[in-house]
Amino acid sequence: MELKTDGYRLDRTLETHAEAEGLRGEIHGRHPMDDLLRTDRLPHIWCPGCGLGTALTCFLSALLRSGLDLDKVAVVSGIGCTGRVAGYVRLDSFHTTHGRAIPFATGLKLGNPELKVVVFSGDGDLVTIGGNHFIHAARRNMDMTVICVNNFNYGMTGGQAGATTPVGGITTTSPYGNYEYPFSISALAAASGAVYVARWTVLHARRLERSIVEALLKPGFSLVEVIAPCPTGFGRRNRLRQGLDAMHYYHEHGVIQHGADPVKTDIELEGPVIEGKFVDGEKPTFLEQYRRQLDRLRGA
Amino acid sequence: MSPASRNGVLSGEFFMLGDIACAEGAICAGCRFFAGYPITPATEVAQRMSERLPLVGGIYIQMEDEMASMNAVLGASWAGVKAMTATSGPGFSLMMENLGLGVMMETPCVLVNVQRGGPSTGLPTLVGQGDMMQARWGSHGDYAIIALSPSSPQELFDLTIHAFNLSETYRAPVLVMTDAEVGHMTEKVVIPPVEEIEVIGRRKPTVPPEEYLPYRVEPGELVPPMAVAGEGYRIHTTGLTHDERGYPATADDTAQWPLVQRLVDKIEKNKDKIIMLEEDGLDDAEVAVVSYGIAARTAIWPVQMARQEGIRVGMLRLVTVWPFPDEEIRDLAGRVEGIVVPEINLGQIVREVERCAAGRTEVLSVPHPGGGIHDPQAVLRAIRRAAGRKAEA
Ligand SMILES: Cc1ncc(C[n+]2csc(CCOP(=O)(O)OP(=O)(O)O)c2C)c(N)n1
Ligand code: SF4
Repeated sequence: MELKTDGYRLDRTLETHAEAEGLRGEIHGRHPMDDLLRTDRLPHIWCPGCGLGTALTCFLSALLRSGLDLDKVAVVSGIGCTGRVAGYVRLDSFHTTHGRAIPFATGLKLGNPELKVVVFSGDGDLVTIGGNHFIHAARRNMDMTVICVNNFNYGMTGGQAGATTPVGGITTTSPYGNYEYPFSISALAAASGAVYVARWTVLHARRLERSIVEALLKPGFSLVEVIAPCPTGFGRRNRLRQGLDAMHYYHEHGVIQHGADPVKTDIELEGPVIEGKFVDGEKPTFLEQYRRQLDRLRGA
Repeated sequence: MSPASRNGVLSGEFFMLGDIACAEGAICAGCRFFAGYPITPATEVAQRMSERLPLVGGIYIQMEDEMASMNAVLGASWAGVKAMTATSGPGFSLMMENLGLGVMMETPCVLVNVQRGGPSTGLPTLVGQGDMMQARWGSHGDYAIIALSPSSPQELFDLTIHAFNLSETYRAPVLVMTDAEVGHMTEKVVIPPVEEIEVIGRRKPTVPPEEYLPYRVEPGELVPPMAVAGEGYRIHTTGLTHDERGYPATADDTAQWPLVQRLVDKIEKNKDKIIMLEEDGLDDAEVAVVSYGIAARTAIWPVQMARQEGIRVGMLRLVTVWPFPDEEIRDLAGRVEGIVVPEINLGQIVREVERCAAGRTEVLSVPHPGGGIHDPQAVLRAIRRAAGRKAEA
């Protein structure tokens, strides 16, 4: 098939979208958060009962509260259900490859230090396939906020086990119960040098939002781990059939322990979910260190 | 070199290592970001960048691996900075997935492969040209790519600048496919005064953010103008098949056709502007040597010897290997009695030559598995054979 040059254009699709967008506005009116969303991409792809909507809402309201210049905020995601966040925010946003959001974000930040770079992605993306980048960005104290939604499995590909699946967890690739030891994402970040580490379930939305504000305003590598239900991939195989069941579970098992030793924050299949702000420290960022060495050279 | 000259872009005559010339070319082209991971024989590019970039207001970062390096380069380009990485075979393999991301997002950047012998860890310190097909097809899916092949440190310098210009013009990653021999060769390199070096930047949108569609081309155009992060355009870009807004369009092939076709066409339909060839003695030639990079350089002597023996042999050197000069090779095949293709692999580009020659002339491969350059006698024998076939006919 030989395409003519104007065959590269997709005007018709776009018009259809614009039409749908207008219709949506007429029927529903505008939501206060619409300015921060690519409303022409809604409805989103997430399942009923999924925790990602709450996580995104908390992020957007935190962003508004942070007072950051929204033209200078960039969101980078990897691949997964969580990775779709980059496609829904009306900000400069990058939907990269599986596991590689953090190095992409590193380049973005170093290319333009004025940007506030936020990585928003899933547990499989950030600490399983992308685990090496995660620990190295934390080690460097690379200036970025990482929001990692932990739903204990690979949601997007149909509920497989990953490096966060608790021992005994039933997934589509651990049908008899997972027998590998999982990572605690918060402990991993803390051990690798993150200056801010907090964990909240999506039930604790206000606290989660507050932590995201703190993380956004903190220079250096900050991590907010968000414990979220994935009824489709994980919950229904592990006695949390609906999103609401997971919320009940968080209500009963959530234990707020600010300053808890991150090493003792493992999440088991049944037992407490320790949450709170685990690390809030300060140390020069990658760029500050870089400039410090250069100044030393210039002084010499 | 005096430390004073390090403050800024160099100019003058130098006795310079190929890898260092590559780094200096990048700096001349305006590259201000380098992310890499050490690997022989490309390490000196990274070392030089780590020394030079901080002094010209740029950033060097050593990443944790080559997947990270490639992504950091893409990120920096989307922040508006010219960015580069350099590697060799094993690292090149690790970069493939995200080279594809660069192609899909239409991200200008330069990737240098100082090729060594492979497969696998192969011959870390010794030359190879075994990644030429990987350069073309290494990332999954359909796409077109630009790859340049220098034969000397001077040309490595020149082509690195040119690679940046091409990448900015076509909004695509551009590969500099050099090798251990050229990268580790020290020769005279002339760096012209900075104002004499042509440096091209990407085309920016002229419309306000509300009217900007990041992947829309105007009729007759193939490369959309590029807004980057932090300019207020609130762009979205993805490795998924996308529409003109940059939004995923994955339900069917509606967006796939125009997008992928354009990604290929923006390079294939600009072949006449992209392809650079160097011809020598082809006017009266009965035999042509077609080669590239260091293999083309080692073929100079056998070509001269064959001429002294009375064989009318000429040389066509592929400065641009991808996109492939189909028409030029087709034309050449109609004029000569034989084409000899020396390359430091067991026969990669020779397949392209055969495809274009389409049986109109004899095509002789002069393979070498890597680890050394050709024995000039092997090339000479092939030239004689190509010419001899004609005598027999
Ligand atoms: C290199 C590569 N391998 C595998 C995949 C397939 N894949 C897509 S998403 C995904 C897992 C996502 O899980 P997670 O990051 O936990 O996000 P969630 O979907 O649970 O939000 C996988 C394995 C891919 N896209 N790329
Ligand atoms: S599969 Fe899980 S994570 Fe993905 S949208 Fe559904 S509930 Fe959410």
